Amino acid sequence: MTQRSHTLVVLVEDHPGVLNRVMSLFRQRGFNVNSVAVGHSETVGMSRMTFVIGGDDRMVEQVTKQLYKLLEVVKVTDVTGENLIQRELALVKVAATERTRADVMRLATDIYRARFVDATPDTLILEVTGPRDKIDSMLTMIRPYGIKEVARTGLVAMVRGTGSSRLTVVQDAVA
Amino acid sequence: MREARFISGDQGWLAFKGMEGRAQMVATTPADSGAMPAESKPTPVAKSAPSIGARVLCQALVREGVDTLFGYPGGAVIPLYDVLPEFPEIHHVLVRHEQGAGHAADGYARVTGKVGVCLATSGPGATNLVTPIATAMLDSIPLVAITGQVGQHFIGSDAFQEIDITGITLPITKHNFLVRHAADIGPTIQKAFHLAKSGRPGPVLVDIPKDVLLASAELAPAEALDLVGYKPTYTPHRRQIRLAAEEIRNARKPLILAGHGILLSGAMEELKTLAEKAQIPVGLTLLGIGGIDQDHPLCLGMVGMHGFAHANRAIHETDLLIGVGMRFDDRVTGRVSDFAPNARVVHIDIDPAEIGKNIETTVPVVGDARQALALLNAELEDLRHDEWLESIAEWRRTPPYRPHTNDAVLQPQFVMERLHEAMQGSAIVVTDVGQHQMWAAQYFKCNKPNNWVTSGGLGTMGFGVPAALGAALARPDEEVWAIVGDGGVQMTLFEFATLVQEQANVNVVIINNGYLGMVRQWQQLFHDRNYSETFISQPDFQMLATAYGMAARTITSRDDVDEAIEWAREIVGPTLLNFVVEQEMNVYPMIPSGGSYGELIEKGE
Repeated sequence: MTQRSHTLVVLVEDHPGVLNRVMSLFRQRGFNVNSVAVGHSETVGMSRMTFVIGGDDRMVEQVTKQLYKLLEVVKVTDVTGENLIQRELALVKVAATERTRADVMRLATDIYRARFVDATPDTLILEVTGPRDKIDSMLTMIRPYGIKEVARTGLVAMVRGTGSSRLTVVQDAVA
Repeated sequence: MREARFISGDQGWLAFKGMEGRAQMVATTPADSGAMPAESKPTPVAKSAPSIGARVLCQALVREGVDTLFGYPGGAVIPLYDVLPEFPEIHHVLVRHEQGAGHAADGYARVTGKVGVCLATSGPGATNLVTPIATAMLDSIPLVAITGQVGQHFIGSDAFQEIDITGITLPITKHNFLVRHAADIGPTIQKAFHLAKSGRPGPVLVDIPKDVLLASAELAPAEALDLVGYKPTYTPHRRQIRLAAEEIRNARKPLILAGHGILLSGAMEELKTLAEKAQIPVGLTLLGIGGIDQDHPLCLGMVGMHGFAHANRAIHETDLLIGVGMRFDDRVTGRVSDFAPNARVVHIDIDPAEIGKNIETTVPVVGDARQALALLNAELEDLRHDEWLESIAEWRRTPPYRPHTNDAVLQPQFVMERLHEAMQGSAIVVTDVGQHQMWAAQYFKCNKPNNWVTSGGLGTMGFGVPAALGAALARPDEEVWAIVGDGGVQMTLFEFATLVQEQANVNVVIINNGYLGMVRQWQQLFHDRNYSETFISQPDFQMLATAYGMAARTITSRDDVDEAIEWAREIVGPTLLNFVVEQEMNVYPMIPSGGSYGELIEKGE
């Protein structure tokens, strides 16, 4: 079966230790997690976790089923291949001297729509949002100037239009 | 319930369990141990006394119908032990090690279908429960483990006897709780029992800090539970049942593989009906033993690594495998790519994560085994598979492996045969893990549900004696046999003391070959007889058991086997039979680990 990235959106009850339970499950079963993003959802007491995991479809099915066995997990949606908005935010500290600063700024803003949020005589901090490949591409282009630090949030995702990872559809229990 | 614990004749040692904290001393002999003094009623707790978390915990346990609690005191649970005498409904069994408490609760659960409950203090008490909890997890046993925790102001400070037991047990519990408010004790216990026994059963741990046990609280009335993320599917999808029925109609050589789910859901009748109605033979997993009468003509006995050759051959030839309440464990399948190579697969299980996990499934059916089989029976008309059943009968005619008879040395298989002959399936059989376990599985024909207790998934050596203790206390009027090896029994033999203290009706049978036999067998077959560290020395088991106050015998000759068994059966209270058997006997048939039916070894050299 083909290996590919899957994006799973997981709605969980906001209890202490729930992220630990989820990550313990991934670790225990050897599931490979590429990125995690966690935050409150639209419902009080519920958080939404977005995971990007690598693996074949069968493994992802197993991940989903195992996640459902956790008491706090309310809904798991594999949004891979859906009509999806995916965004990640990155902060990038890049070396920039008087000589190179203008180039960095032009490159980052014109092509990647990055914003500058800090500057010192030797560095700039860029803030950029977008799909992963856009951020990867920007990092490639900026790298020759000297990247000093990168902080990425991990991907969050949302289905366009009426499609949803909200808790409105009853789970079909049949595997 | 027994109130006083005691003694055996000469040892004359006394025991003490006073309700209301009052020590009672009674000396009797094993023969009249059935006659216990009448219980005195406990003094009711004054209504005006402010109640505390510990009392609420006991009340909540009583509300859940707990009659037996296997535990061990310690600093963090002293408040609980302080109020425990107020609850004569709960018989507390003082074990000798928390691992014993866990396995005993497990044994109790397996023979009753009820939730087993064990209790330990914080720190080492809690960590000693790890193996039993994992054992229960792998075998889907309803178990509630209650642990004390250091006071909340100490949590996170590496305080004395502090350990993060909810962290440690995260991957080996169905769920666990750290209770932070005394008011939550009642609802948490209610949830814990519900989770432990519903859906696919499993262990639930409840960790309670000492200050929570001491805090003022009253038990609130039980409320309907609403667990948003926990909705096990009991009733299978109709469409899946129809698809499964269609598969059965189209099959020429169908085979049912029945697992523990049959017993857990109480689907024994439904399984029998399906087998008879559609004339489908039934293979059993190790934990499925008891799901159907093993003398039933359609029952093929155990499958898998040490299963019967005809049963494994049936798997190899079947064109439709119907797995019910089982999980295609590697000890059943061997090499997955060669497992049931000609079969389509119907898989019925209450845990959707088991379906498609190990083998590809044609028709998944998520639901309770009993409901699924009942629906399937209603959907199906009578079918016949005469040709298929005849070929299996043909394979079966090949006599099963019997080792050469050598009168000078006692054969373990002979002991098993005689034990089975004596009991005729009427006793509860508990095993430890290893060769004796496989022989027991092969030779005891279990014809009743919940009479077969063995650690399957985790393969926990040391399980046998404490699990037998739990089984015997759960069903005190029945005969319990603990079949153990000389290796495994040395892991938990301190529970002999508890057997005597409780006068548990357990006959311990040691199949004593002086080796860690199963590992030795692998070393012999796959590692050129390099018996590295598998010869294991031992105490004089007979003297040891006698010292603990058990009646004990050592048997070395074939001629003494039957008489010894009868002798043990007539003694009330625990006994030990130390059968000194041939040292290098192997378990056959055997499919080597990761092998397939084609590699089955029928018998020894």
